[in-house]
Amino acid sequence: MMKTDNARFLVVEDSPTMRQLIAFSLRRFPNAKIIEAVDGLDALRKLTGSEKVDLILTDINMPVMDGLKLVSMVRGNADLKDIPIIIITTEGAEEDRERGLALGANAYIAKPIQSSHLIKTISELLAV
Amino acid sequence: MNDESREKFLELFNKSKEFTEEVLRDNERLRQRLGMLEEANKDYAARYTEIEEQNNSLASLYVASYQLHSTLDFREVIHIVLEILLNLVGAKSFAILLLDENTNELRSVACDGEDLVPGIENISTQLGEGILGEVARSGESFYLHDGKPSLDRPLAAVPLKIKDQVIGVIAIYKLLVQKHAFTAVDYELFALLAAHAATAIFSAKLFAESERKLNTIQSFLDLLTTTS
Repeated sequence: MMKTDNARFLVVEDSPTMRQLIAFSLRRFPNAKIIEAVDGLDALRKLTGSEKVDLILTDINMPVMDGLKLVSMVRGNADLKDIPIIIITTEGAEEDRERGLALGANAYIAKPIQSSHLIKTISELLAV
Repeated sequence: MNDESREKFLELFNKSKEFTEEVLRDNERLRQRLGMLEEANKDYAARYTEIEEQNNSLASLYVASYQLHSTLDFREVIHIVLEILLNLVGAKSFAILLLDENTNELRSVACDGEDLVPGIENISTQLGEGILGEVARSGESFYLHDGKPSLDRPLAAVPLKIKDQVIGVIAIYKLLVQKHAFTAVDYELFALLAAHAATAIFSAKLFAESERKLNTIQSFLDLLTTTS
């Protein structure tokens, strides 16, 4: 069995269109469970609740709590700090990318996303 | 070495020579075959990439059309179109313009990235006038291949078209920093998205209109009931 089988993904996006597109790509992983959150705070609630998550995919620009704050909070939490995080954002400048990775994200993908690139990145992160 | 031995030796030598030549010919054939297989592999890899891109576009289109037709609320539809242009197309500054059938005026109804291209929130032009007006009149898309875009010359202008009827135009002025140019797949995706967006906007407008009429009739009926 691959490490990506039965994986639980937390998709943090305020855009329903993007949430659906990411979920669509994640269905390539057998028995993937997709948990959706509309902002950083909603994601934290789900992470600290009963939901067990193998990988987080988060946008940056969101209301209530943005993705960068979410990354910092996750990395600062002893129970959550090891969960791999992928930032998926329209902010594609090099300095944005460096900032996201410096905060502790494992990968940084600029929109519009290429499904194959997303799948490859997730497979690499979950194979470790 | 006697004659018999020499003859045997020559015979063996010739056979060995023939065998070596045959092996060399086989080697050459195998080398050629390997070259052909490498070429075929390259071809498969290119086709795989192409299919992946198409698959990606189809997924985007499926999600976009699903979202666009998920509501009949005009504002919500417009918001979804904006979301698609930003997230799926990779547009940074863009405007949605709708055509007023009575005045033939094409006017901005929504936009994003107006801080980068001031004025896109207030575009107003007549049917047939300028690039945007011409796109609305002809129903043909416009793509800027040379020169810098400006308010009158967008990077791309795609008609919102239902069959032959143009109801508006999507104008893109600037792409996200990581998106350097439109790809071949983008043109197809863009056209399909515009068609779906047009139907969704048109349906939402019709629904809002019928709701308004229904409310008026209901108010009229209420008035009649209370007065009688």
